[in-house]
Amino acid sequence: MHEVDMTRCLLLSMNAWKQQHEPRIPRVSRVHLQVGSFTCVEPDQLVFTWRVAVQNTWLDGAELVIEPVPLVGRCVRCNATYSPDPEQAYRSPCCQHPMEEIVSGRELRIRSVDYAFSDHPADALPAATPA
Amino acid sequence: MHMPLEDTLGLNLLAANQHQAEHNREHFDAWRLLCLNVMSSPGAGKTSLLERSLAALAGAYAMAVLEGDMTTQLDAERLEAVGVPVVPITTGRSCHLDAAMVSGGLKLLRQRLDPAELDLLWVENVGNLVCPAEFEVGEHRKVALLSVTEGDDKPLKYPVMFREAHCVLITKIDLLPYLPVQLERIEAHIRQVNPHCAVIPVSATSGEGFAAWHQWLAAQLAAIAPAAPTALIPPRHPARLPARRPLPC
Repeated sequence: MHEVDMTRCLLLSMNAWKQQHEPRIPRVSRVHLQVGSFTCVEPDQLVFTWRVAVQNTWLDGAELVIEPVPLVGRCVRCNATYSPDPEQAYRSPCCQHPMEEIVSGRELRIRSVDYAFSDHPADALPAATPA
Repeated sequence: MHMPLEDTLGLNLLAANQHQAEHNREHFDAWRLLCLNVMSSPGAGKTSLLERSLAALAGAYAMAVLEGDMTTQLDAERLEAVGVPVVPITTGRSCHLDAAMVSGGLKLLRQRLDPAELDLLWVENVGNLVCPAEFEVGEHRKVALLSVTEGDDKPLKYPVMFREAHCVLITKIDLLPYLPVQLERIEAHIRQVNPHCAVIPVSATSGEGFAAWHQWLAAQLAAIAPAAPTALIPPRHPARLPARRPLPC
């Protein structure tokens, strides 16, 4: 369950980001991650641990949105890109070359944060309009 | 007025660990030592490898071990018997070492010795083929072990570990006559996901392959000397470089 430690790292980064906005407290609605398929991360587990970890914190209710990034290799013989398949031992279908260059799939990136400010009256959400 | 905002961070998910790992590496570089992160599944032979290598190299290099794998006191005694300090790292229930744990281990190590006197620092990671691959601890080189008893499909099943390794040691090769596995096939599968890493078959029981493994180590130590700087490791200041002693084998 290293997703727990990954969530801890993510929270540390989020806390550092929050400090940039002090004294205002950003109200985060979504955190967007890019997670490559050639990593040791199980996206569902990461979302689960995130939900548990943010409860009763300033990030309570913030949704973790994971954009999967497929593994793409580049055959160094013919320069063609391909989808390495474990069943084919990750070799390139064009030249049967081992997986040498990885174009994408190793991403573990906090892409962006959707947020608003609600601590200041000027930033507060408009009151719900009565029906 | 409510304004939806978006900040683009483009930050590594493991940035917090990465910062600590870089901090550790700065220490290693200041101490002019080579740090190896030794990783494998449980029982692949990390401790046996260390036992044999420490005994063989103790006369040539000043070394210490940060021990993250859950081993018995007996293991530590075995390793310390050749005069190499072993510092256990408390991992709690974690399935891997992270940079902060290694930093804690370094603090304990510094209570016992001056790390600047070391040539080589071994970090024995927790037995696991998945998690340790993603958590850098500040090491200069990753060494992965794969025992022949684990089967030849492991490099394809746990590709990230073998992709990340600078050197893969195929261990327990003395058992090959009794197993339906082929060394060539294991090596070929490693090469499928990491065509350029060093692959060295070894046996800690017979000692076979250890000359090649220790040669690889010597090359890594030489590579951190300013005479032969590599792109992988930042060059060091020549004034503080200690003289390297020759390897015994």
